[in-house]
Amino acid sequence: MQTIQISEAVAKIPDGASLMIGGFMAVGSPGRIIDELVRQGKRGLTVIANDTAMPGVGIGKLIHARLVSKAIVSHIGLNPETQQQMIAGELQVELVPQGTLIERIRAGGYGLGGILTATGVGTLVEEGKQKVTVGGKDYLVEPALHADFALVNAFLADYLGNLAYALTARNFNPVIAMAADTVIVDADNIVPVGVISPDHVMTPSSIVDYLIAQE
Amino acid sequence: MDAQTVIAKRIALELRDGMLVNLGIGIPTQVANFVPPGIRVFFQSENGLIGTGAVPDEGMHHRLLTDAGGRPVTALPGACTFDSAMSFGLIRGGHLDMTVLGGLQVDSSGKLANWTIPGKMVPGMGGAMDLASGAKRVVIAMQHTAKGKSKLVKQCTLPLTTARPIDLLVTELAVVAFPEGRATLLETAPGVSVEQVVAATEAALVIPDRVAVMNIQ
Repeated sequence: MQTIQISEAVAKIPDGASLMIGGFMAVGSPGRIIDELVRQGKRGLTVIANDTAMPGVGIGKLIHARLVSKAIVSHIGLNPETQQQMIAGELQVELVPQGTLIERIRAGGYGLGGILTATGVGTLVEEGKQKVTVGGKDYLVEPALHADFALVNAFLADYLGNLAYALTARNFNPVIAMAADTVIVDADNIVPVGVISPDHVMTPSSIVDYLIAQE
Repeated sequence: MDAQTVIAKRIALELRDGMLVNLGIGIPTQVANFVPPGIRVFFQSENGLIGTGAVPDEGMHHRLLTDAGGRPVTALPGACTFDSAMSFGLIRGGHLDMTVLGGLQVDSSGKLANWTIPGKMVPGMGGAMDLASGAKRVVIAMQHTAKGKSKLVKQCTLPLTTARPIDLLVTELAVVAFPEGRATLLETAPGVSVEQVVAATEAALVIPDRVAVMNIQ
């Protein structure tokens, strides 16, 4: 784990990178990293996240700045800009049921090829997918997801990069931290080692690559 | 009493002590306002909370504590938080006793369409498919008609949310269940006749000898 300035951290992300971004309607999204992505004007990004938030908020800022060429998300209903860009053919959107999306990410981080889920059987979601029967029940085969970068927001990070999350801001964060080549953390608070007790560490420092320095 | 209140009050009567329940956005959210006295129900928000409470008092909100629609909520004593993988493990894994969701269409066999109108409304399914296929009991809160047309239809014309039939439909006119895959009228709203329900319904309804009146005040 390395401490890094925000501009240097984002400079490591090339145009066209795939990014897993924490947050649920922007709660638990790494706001400083998103702002810096916009400032540096990274283009052609693939975003894997729960949703695209709202215009001008959280991931909605990336959409507004037209930096995203593909979004793999469960919900875009509260961001008309995402829908407009999708309809205009400027933004490719893959809609995935939320529980399937998070499990595909979890599988990617846990060394699994994918998951079997009954969610989506008998709906549009099953189109083009392999279906298997296990124990008499039908499941869809949903492949694992992996990304170049995970952009994580934590409530607490200690000096080593152990992380803990708060309230409903945990959501996708600890799961995406396992599923990307490079993990960049935007922490609300950086605290001495030991402040987060071993039992309360939710993401171990060993999987964190960069912790963004406070300003 | 307006249509939404009739629906929310009637669905609240399905709550039992100790249940874990997920409420969707819209009319379902209002069910929390009518929990019968003397029972304790845990509400789950799929963004990672069990023990979701009311909207906080002015100035008492926390930016990291919201419901699945991103609105500020409180957390009740005994609440707990978790990540999205556990949240959907609870939903799919047989741990969620009941979900209440909105509906665009329910058909005569209990099939549900509630996530998209192709070409018009493509918001994404969010957690709806997992909830509708994973919860132990699926209750739909839906206005009986839209623009004069029945939403309880012969066969869904909109894309399905799940192949699994729902368990109970509550509208401002009626309570309908789907035993053996057939829409069956269980109750009518106070002041609404069986004939009125039938007239407002496209799907063929099985009418038992006795149809109760919703026990709502």
